[in-house]
Amino acid sequence: MGSIWEYANPVKFSRTATLLLPWVSILAAISLVTGLVWGFFFTPEDFRQGSTVKIIYLHVPSALMAINVWFMMLVTSLIWLIRRHHVSVLAAKAAAPVGVIMTLIALATGAIWGQPMWGTWWVWDPRLTAFLILFLFYLGYIALWEAIDNPDTAADLTSVLCIVGSVFALLSRYAVNFWNQGLHQGASVMRAGAVTGADTQEKVSNIFFYPLLLCIIGFVLLFVALVFLRTRTEIHKRRTKALLARERLG
Amino acid sequence: MTLSVHDLTITRGGIPVLEGLNFALTPGKALILRGPNGVGKTTLLRTVAGLQPPMVGRVDSETESIAYAAHSDGLKAMLTVTENLRFWSDIFENKDISRALKDFDLIELQDRLAGTLSAGQKRRLGLARLLVTGRPIWILDEPTVSLDVASVALFADAVRAHLAEGGSALIATHIDLGLEADVFDVGPFRASGKSPDPGGFDEEFL
Amino acid sequence: MIALLVRDLKLSFRAGGGFGLGLAFFLIVTVLVPFGVGPQSELLSRIAPGILWLGALLACLLSLDRILALDWEDGSLDLLATSPLPLEGAVSVKALAHWVTTGLPLTLASPLFALLLSLPPAGYPWLVISLLLGTPALSVIGTFGAALTVGVKRGGLLMSLLVLPLYVPTLIFGAELARRGAEGQATLTPLLMLAGISFGVIALLPFASALVLRVNLR
Repeated sequence: MGSIWEYANPVKFSRTATLLLPWVSILAAISLVTGLVWGFFFTPEDFRQGSTVKIIYLHVPSALMAINVWFMMLVTSLIWLIRRHHVSVLAAKAAAPVGVIMTLIALATGAIWGQPMWGTWWVWDPRLTAFLILFLFYLGYIALWEAIDNPDTAADLTSVLCIVGSVFALLSRYAVNFWNQGLHQGASVMRAGAVTGADTQEKVSNIFFYPLLLCIIGFVLLFVALVFLRTRTEIHKRRTKALLARERLG
Repeated sequence: MTLSVHDLTITRGGIPVLEGLNFALTPGKALILRGPNGVGKTTLLRTVAGLQPPMVGRVDSETESIAYAAHSDGLKAMLTVTENLRFWSDIFENKDISRALKDFDLIELQDRLAGTLSAGQKRRLGLARLLVTGRPIWILDEPTVSLDVASVALFADAVRAHLAEGGSALIATHIDLGLEADVFDVGPFRASGKSPDPGGFDEEFL
Repeated sequence: MIALLVRDLKLSFRAGGGFGLGLAFFLIVTVLVPFGVGPQSELLSRIAPGILWLGALLACLLSLDRILALDWEDGSLDLLATSPLPLEGAVSVKALAHWVTTGLPLTLASPLFALLLSLPPAGYPWLVISLLLGTPALSVIGTFGAALTVGVKRGGLLMSLLVLPLYVPTLIFGAELARRGAEGQATLTPLLMLAGISFGVIALLPFASALVLRVNLR
């Protein structure tokens, strides 16, 4: 085993991704199907929330991924700016649309869950609002990639945007917290909102927890598989462009 | 104040266009760049001016010794000729603009708004900016575009005076300026498509 | 640096529109709001701080593309980048010039517009303070957005998409400060947060702006 940076070589990454892709996909499918079927059909209904609680198996993993994908993009963008490995920034580019979808799933399942629980599709709860802002950051990042022709310029600009955006996303998170407390007390809503958070695992017994864990693992593996696939595609696109350019010159 | 270029490969849009360039520009000398359209002269000048990083090789010059003049003159239509020049002389911390006005025959135009000048007059103003920078190495991209014969002569005189004062100039141009200058044809340095240094830009993907 | 500031101010006064346009836009937003939500002064006075902040923010956004796009088109940016002026300084000065022509007049005119929306008397000083503290941040963040999109043809919409999410914290604390001031609540926390954001972005963001501008110039 050499250094991890060996995989920053596009060809080597491409080969490794092709090798691993089927296995990661199969594992993702197994854990997702098992987790979801287990969660939907073989866990008891919550005495208070009824069957609506089962949306937790989609909501919690997608919400976790929405944040972690952005974090992964932040790390890979930093690696690009510091070490200039193309694969790194292409992985960030490849991950962004996956992150958008995860954020959308989290928002949509949240709304579907919120309707019967809170009697409304949407409240300006700090957590929900923060996800909406994160969604906007994803859109801006993708739009900037699309708008710029030169791939290295686009890589540099989006990486800086990702880093600056991360700081502002964090700031917004605290600002939104502050803003909502300031606007209305709404403690009951806040407590209901907290069900999605860390205290789920304490409140919900192991019967719910294990399938949830399986679903989270499934989402992570699905994300890894998608990023492998999409990064490989991006590498192939760049390779095609480089070959065409060489042909034109030679 | 020597500018030297070592084994330079330059890229446009991530693709190498010229490679293996070596030349030096010593005080008092001018170097004329020749080559067909699209060969990469502008890219070369931008790289030498430090606006763009080279793919391979290096450009050695003292910092803050280069004055760059591109296709566009960076003039503000709503400022007068004097104000435009005064701005650049302030930026370059150089107080005197009268010589620049005189050498490029702009004294009669000095209170006109730059937006009301003709294309050739604008170009003269853009070139006068070189004098107020007070920098020894001029890098000029097609400086004579839209100049008439008399103005070209003015410009050639300005370059000659600059060289006589120990300055130097790297000029991409198609016309004969009547200068005592070496000519450097970049045509033979067209990138072959086989980069000597894999690992840069798109080459990494091949 | 001063030369650049003077030039930018001169240009925005002379070129027509740069200076007055932001104010006119702010006025129109303020006038349109009662048409949209109804003329009850009780409602208007409650939402006045938020509307005024939003109007100021949009007026700022409107003029952002003038910060760098004009200098990009006529080649001044190339020449500035090869000048002794550090690019970090140049973008800071340009943000300052934008603030002097947009943020400052908006701040000074805001009490007049607050009158139209029946802001409670206690709110006036806080509205002015919040805008005075917050609008510099809007200009600096906007300059970053302008630097990111300077190479994009018709990049105005893209720039709005990139800049507006970055405006969220400033807007929240600025509007909150004005609102609390108007309702006579404690203002210290939003005041400190707003000041922190402003000074933070003024100190740090020009480095990011200069970095992306250099990338765009090459």
